[in-house]
Amino acid sequence: MSASFPWLSFSIWIPIIFGGYLLAVGRDGRPGVVRAIALAGSLVSVLATVPVVLGFDPSRGGLQFTERVAWITNPTAHYYLGVDGISLWFVPLTAFITVIAVLAGWKAIEERLAQYYAAFLILSGLMIGVFCAADGLLFFFFFEATLIPMYLIIGVWGGPNRVYAAIKFFLYTLLGSLLLLVSLVYLYQASGGTFDIAAWQRLPLGYTPQMLLFLAFFAAFAVKVPMWPVHTWLPDAHVEAPTAGSVVLAAIMLKLGAYGFVRFSLPIAPDAAHALAPAVMAISLIAVVYVGFVALVQTDMKKLVAYSSIAHMGFVTLGFFLFTPIGVEGALAQMISHGFVSGAMFLCIGVMYDRVHSRNIADYGGVVNTMPRFAALMMLFAMANCGLPATSGFVGEFLVILGAVRFDFWIGAIAATTMVLGAAYSLWMYKRVIFGDVANPAVAKLKDIDGREFVALGLLAVAVLAMGLYPAPLIDAMHASVADLLAQVAHSKFIAGNL
Amino acid sequence: MEPPLNFSAVFPEAILLAGACFILVADPFFTDRSRNSAYWLSLLCLLAVAFAAWGPLSDGAVEYGFGGMYLTDPMTAALKLAAILATAVTFVYAQGYARLRNMWRGEFFALGLFTLLGIMAMISANNLLVIYLGLELQSLSLYGLVALRRDEPRASEAAMKYFVLGSLASGFLLYGMSMLYGGTGTLDINGLAHRIAAGQAVNLALVLGTIFVVAGIGFKLGAAPFHMWVPDVYQGAPTPVTLLLASAPKIAAFAIAFRLLVEGVPQLAVDWQRMVALIAVASLAVGNVTAVAQTNLKRMLGYSTVGQMGFLLLALLAGVVGGNTAITAGAYGAAMFYVLTYALATAGCFGIILLLAREGYEAEEIADLRGLAKRSPWYAFVMTLLMLSLAGIPPTVGFTAKFIVLQALVSEGGSPTTWTLAVVAVLFSLVGAFYYLRVVKVMWFDEAADSTPIVAGQDMRITLTANGVLVLLLGVLPQGLLTLCYGAVLRALGG
Repeated sequence: MSASFPWLSFSIWIPIIFGGYLLAVGRDGRPGVVRAIALAGSLVSVLATVPVVLGFDPSRGGLQFTERVAWITNPTAHYYLGVDGISLWFVPLTAFITVIAVLAGWKAIEERLAQYYAAFLILSGLMIGVFCAADGLLFFFFFEATLIPMYLIIGVWGGPNRVYAAIKFFLYTLLGSLLLLVSLVYLYQASGGTFDIAAWQRLPLGYTPQMLLFLAFFAAFAVKVPMWPVHTWLPDAHVEAPTAGSVVLAAIMLKLGAYGFVRFSLPIAPDAAHALAPAVMAISLIAVVYVGFVALVQTDMKKLVAYSSIAHMGFVTLGFFLFTPIGVEGALAQMISHGFVSGAMFLCIGVMYDRVHSRNIADYGGVVNTMPRFAALMMLFAMANCGLPATSGFVGEFLVILGAVRFDFWIGAIAATTMVLGAAYSLWMYKRVIFGDVANPAVAKLKDIDGREFVALGLLAVAVLAMGLYPAPLIDAMHASVADLLAQVAHSKFIAGNL
Repeated sequence: MEPPLNFSAVFPEAILLAGACFILVADPFFTDRSRNSAYWLSLLCLLAVAFAAWGPLSDGAVEYGFGGMYLTDPMTAALKLAAILATAVTFVYAQGYARLRNMWRGEFFALGLFTLLGIMAMISANNLLVIYLGLELQSLSLYGLVALRRDEPRASEAAMKYFVLGSLASGFLLYGMSMLYGGTGTLDINGLAHRIAAGQAVNLALVLGTIFVVAGIGFKLGAAPFHMWVPDVYQGAPTPVTLLLASAPKIAAFAIAFRLLVEGVPQLAVDWQRMVALIAVASLAVGNVTAVAQTNLKRMLGYSTVGQMGFLLLALLAGVVGGNTAITAGAYGAAMFYVLTYALATAGCFGIILLLAREGYEAEEIADLRGLAKRSPWYAFVMTLLMLSLAGIPPTVGFTAKFIVLQALVSEGGSPTTWTLAVVAVLFSLVGAFYYLRVVKVMWFDEAADSTPIVAGQDMRITLTANGVLVLLLGVLPQGLLTLCYGAVLRALGG
């Protein structure tokens, strides 16, 4: 389908405009109006992404819905947007999660409401921009800009140790992205003056430049994913962030890093990627196994889910570096599924936190007695978190494990331990929090979820089940682009005499 | 052949001089009730000067005056307009602060206008002595401005320090110029380059002279290791004067660096580029690392300026002199863009400090910004944009500036040295991000220490808002200003 209408620009700018509007006119004295504008903004943003999904032609590789306008002429950079099968699903996912985030903060946030919602809407637009950018500089522009709203979200509306967490989050991720900037400048020079990512992917490069580029990319994206051992900012950020902040952070922001791997690291420096694949796989497996064990011993629910996120993202990086269609598609499916599931888990914790004001597992017990509807929904998400078949969590994990076993039995076997570990930490937490006798008066006084919470969790539940039961359309849309990507990665970029 | 005097080349300066003199003379006749007359007269005068200086920007004309000693072209016009704007903004921002501190008088405006006159002379100078004259006019006016609150011990100390070190720097520059003159026998900037190219120069004198010139420029820019005066003067001077000191003179310093080093002694590039590289790295390191430890906002901005000047110098050394004109223009265009946007962001920062200051309260500690987001979300937002711009984070213009400087530094593939410089610059901007972010943190995350309502005139509110919006707007759509800078530099290089 020819994309004459700039739907991608709409997807990016609608939430940003709504956010700016809220900043300009939002008054904290009229919270109802502010909430209504925010919800309307997020819903309109979702609507704007619908034509992208419907109009996408899954049989074609390459970018669709492209828009290209000169942005800066010297150095030459374009406002160049487009989606392919790899980035397609993240556009509606981001918009959808923003709706959830708006609902999540509905009652919990009372201070500086307009700024709060503005930050989320602007963040949403910027993240969609990252997924749509086909120009390296534009990508960086969005990639960096996302830090600012998230920094403010954690720092202004976060928990007691929010300042430390916010600054750690910002500086950690900034360090990586500054090296990314240098490599973008290098690629611009090496490619003879273009920021077109697709042109960079075709660019022949020697071994040393590829290695350096790969390492610079790695610094940027591994921190963002985050991979072991540069993951330490994530538990802090999650624990301190408000519920909706955690939801967005886990569901979308972590994906920016993983997305960077498929967009930059693999196709631009394929030989380096192949050479370093064993190392990346090793740390991915460490993330899966070691961080899985770390998650097991957490006493704070948010920390537990944060560590489980790191373990799940280990799966994603493992899948990418198998260099097979099954592995990459599995990893992409895992990214989308994790978007739903981790978002839902943080939302569940938020639901309980709003009532009891504690994230400690020990402060709960027997929640099912007072909140049966909630317990049922959370059951589904806990199951999805450990990868139960018929939930979305199963699709990605299964594909990645399948790919890993084909690659090497033992890697597959180690990766498969996640099925056990994931079940252990998710279900054990669920058991301690939800089942048993009513542990204390606070739990006894709990009220079950209201309509708003039910809608938010229900939407996520539908998404988790739909993706688990019928993942085919999702995966089909990826085939062509993933095949292109892998062809790119399989092809050595060495120039004769330039080893 | 004797070129004509051509007074039209100095038309804007003539208006400015007349305006400044008129204000000086008229001021004693203003009563306390008509105190604002000097303010409005100054703004009117600046408006007239801006109109007069606009010409070359629209028609691209290059004009020489006074026998080639004075020059106007698109680049001088753009830089002058920026300096005029910075001065006007200083007057607007200074209003409340100066009024309460008995500074809202004719001297303030007259000295400010004379500073601008010096700056404009430096920008347009095409002769070593004219550069020096402009520099001295600017410096002497600024010494006076810093000492304007003579009953304030810290201001007097700052003025003294500024005067002593500034004179030393002027001496350096003059000494260097005398050696350049001795080595070539000409004071004319273009003549210098011609004589050197023709092999009619004494090399030793030239190299020594260049060293002194670089040191002098380093002093004026406030680059390490010539930065000792910066933090004390920034902190000690009355805030409006710091604002004036931090913005327009940097534009002039860029202009004379361009004239002296790039147009005057391009053949010695190998020598001065190495020196500039060292100074740049030292500035990045000293400025950014020391700024982390500051608790006084003005002092922190002083150190941050040192770091910013390091970045500017990187752009200056990036131009491949004598090579591809397009790439050279790219590098100096980047430098020009950098200095203009730096002045814009810095002016805004001091504007916020002036906005918060009131009687007996300077609002110059970082802690004084605590909880600004609650007291005034809008100005907290503006200050956030300014801080992010100085830190070089998109979507603000500071990012674009840093990016094109890096880009210029490694243009044509770069060398291992330039790549190392790029990585060093980037890593120090990470350090920079820490202290800029701390200001953001204080504004948004901390509770307000006082809840006094913020009072400011309409003109100040509008200007400050425009300042913040411009930082964002130029960050998202930088092409207009970029085209202007590249075009102007290309024209100045004779392209």
